Amino acid sequence: MSATLQAAPRTGDRQFRRRRRSGAARRPRLALIVLLLGALYCLAPVIWVVAAASKTSRELFTTFSFAPGSGFFDNLANLSAYGDGQFWQWGLNSLLYAGLGAVLSTLVSAMAGYALAKFRFRGSQVLFSAILAGVLVPGIVLAVPQYLLMAAVGLAGTYWSVLLPVIINPFGIFLCRVFANAAVPQSTLEAARLDGAGEFRIFGTIVLPMMTQGLVTVFLLQFVGIWNNFLLPFIMLSDQDKYPITLGLYTFMGKGAGDGDLYSLVIMGSAVSVIPLIILVLVLQRFWRADLLAGGMKG
Amino acid sequence: MTANPAGRRPRLRSAATPWLFATPAIVLFTLFLIIPIGYAIYLSFRGFRIDGGGAFGRRVQTFVGFDNYLAALTDPEYVAGLGRVLLYGLFSIPSVLGLALLFALLLDTPRVRARGFTRTAIFLPYAVPGVIASLLWGFLYLPSTSPLNYLAKQLHAGPLDFFSFPTLYFSLANIALWSGVGFNMIIIFTSLRAIPTSIYEAARIDGASELQIAWRIKIPLVAPALVLTGLFSVIGTLQLYSEPATLRPMSTTISSTWVPLMKIYQEAFMNDNLGGAAAASVVLALGILVLSMLLLRFFQRRTFGDNA
Repeated sequence: MSATLQAAPRTGDRQFRRRRRSGAARRPRLALIVLLLGALYCLAPVIWVVAAASKTSRELFTTFSFAPGSGFFDNLANLSAYGDGQFWQWGLNSLLYAGLGAVLSTLVSAMAGYALAKFRFRGSQVLFSAILAGVLVPGIVLAVPQYLLMAAVGLAGTYWSVLLPVIINPFGIFLCRVFANAAVPQSTLEAARLDGAGEFRIFGTIVLPMMTQGLVTVFLLQFVGIWNNFLLPFIMLSDQDKYPITLGLYTFMGKGAGDGDLYSLVIMGSAVSVIPLIILVLVLQRFWRADLLAGGMKG
Repeated sequence: MTANPAGRRPRLRSAATPWLFATPAIVLFTLFLIIPIGYAIYLSFRGFRIDGGGAFGRRVQTFVGFDNYLAALTDPEYVAGLGRVLLYGLFSIPSVLGLALLFALLLDTPRVRARGFTRTAIFLPYAVPGVIASLLWGFLYLPSTSPLNYLAKQLHAGPLDFFSFPTLYFSLANIALWSGVGFNMIIIFTSLRAIPTSIYEAARIDGASELQIAWRIKIPLVAPALVLTGLFSVIGTLQLYSEPATLRPMSTTISSTWVPLMKIYQEAFMNDNLGGAAAASVVLALGILVLSMLLLRFFQRRTFGDNA
C-alpha cells in the first residue's frame, strides 16, 4: 500500500516523447477537445451565477443569461440588508461549523489513526473493523436518533448539536492510519522513546509534523463535507440565526417561489457563497494529496 | 524498552498508551454512531404515542414487533420513493463514473495540453454544496431564467420543461454528474499515475494503440479504485435528499415524499411517527448495505481475481 502513496515518476513519458515526436498528434487533440468541453460544462453554471448576480430582477428575466447586468452592488446591498445581515451570520456559522469541526475531527482522526498504525495492542483489530464498518454506515440511520438523543440531553437546536457529531469521521481515521503507516518510521519513534520523550510529546512534536500532508487532505475533505452537509443542521436547528449558509439559502428559496426579487437575493447569495470555497480549493489544491485517497482506497 | 543508555529511569510504556490516543475517537464513535444505531433499531420496534402538547410531551410507548417494518414496506409512497431513487441511481451512477473514468484516461494521455486547467476546472464543482449546486442548476432549468430556454425562444421553439416526468430524472442526474464527476476523476486519475509507465512501454513496442492500452491495461489496473468510488456513489445516491428538496419550490412534479429520506423526515418530524421513521431508515440502511455487499462481491471476483 505504501508503494502507491507516491505517484511514480513518469520516466516513460519523456522517452516516449522523444521516440515519436512526429505523427500521432491526432488523438491528443481529440482528448483536449473532450477535456475542454468537460471544463466548460463544469464552469458554465459558476459563470452563469456570477453573471446573474449582477442583474436587477427585471434584467434577470429579460436579458440573455450569460450577459452581465447592472445591479451587482444593489443586489449585494439587498442581500446584506436582509434580516439585519442574517446572510453574513449564516456565513460565519458555516465557517465555525466547518472550520472548528474539521480541525477537531482531523486531530481526533490523527490520534486514532496513529494508535491503530503504530501500536500493537489487544483489541486493535476489533477497533479497526468497527471503524471500517463505520465508513459504510449511511448517515440516514443516524439522523433521527441523533436528534432524539440530542434533544434528550437538551442540546438539540444548539451549536453543539451540529458541531459534535461531525467530529467523528471514520473515513478520516482510516486515511490517517494509512498515512501514519507510510510517513512515520518506527525507528524514529523508538529513538525518541530512548531519549525519554513522553508519548504525547512524541505525538505532538514528531508524529503530527510528519503526517502534515495527509492531515491537510483529511482536513480539506472534512471541511468541504461539513460545509456541504445539509441534513444534520436541517434536522437539528430551528433558530434561523444558527443556520449554516446552505440551510439559509434553502429556506430563502422555499419562501419565495416565483418571487423575482427573492430570486435575485438567492442568486446573489449562491454566488457569494460559492466564490470563497472555490478560492479555498484553488489555493489548497497544492497541499491536497489525492494520491493518499487513491492509495487508501486500494488498501 | 530494556536498553537505557542515558541511565535514566525507563519510562513506563504501558499498554494504555494506544488506548489513550484512541479514546476521543472511541467515545465519539460510541456516542454518535453506535448508540444512535442501537436506538434506531430499538425505536423501530416501538410504537410511540405522544401525550400532551409539544414535541417533548409524555410519551406512551409499546413494543409493536415488526408492525413498523410492515407498515413501511407496504406504504405505497415509501416504496415508490425507493423506486425513484433506484431509477435515478441507474442514470446517475454510471454517468458519473463513466465520465470520471473517461476524463481521467484523457488526462493520462501522453502529451495532452491544458492538463492543469481542465483538471482544476472539472474538479471545481466539488467545492459547491449540493444545495447550492441544485439552486444553480434549478435556475438554469427554470423556464424564466434558463439560457437554453432563451435560445429556444429566439428560435421560436416551445418552452423546454426540465421538471416533467422522464426529463426530471435526467435533470437530477445531471446535478449529481456536475457535482461528482471531478472528485471521482481525481481519485481515478491518481491511481492511474501510480501505475509505472514501464508497463505501457512494452505494449507500445508491441504496437498497441493508446486506446488499446487504456482498454486492456489501464482500466483493469484502476478497477479497484472504480469499485470503491462506485461503492461510495451507491451509498450517497440512495440517501438522495437535498437536491430534490431544493428543487421542490420550482416544480410541482416533486412531491413532499418524493424520495425515501423525505418520507422519513416527514414521518419523524411532522407526523410524530418515530417508530415508523426508524423502521423506514433501517430498511433503507439495510438496502444500502446489501447492495454494497453485492457490488463488492460481484466486482471482487472480476477485478481482484481469485486471490481477493
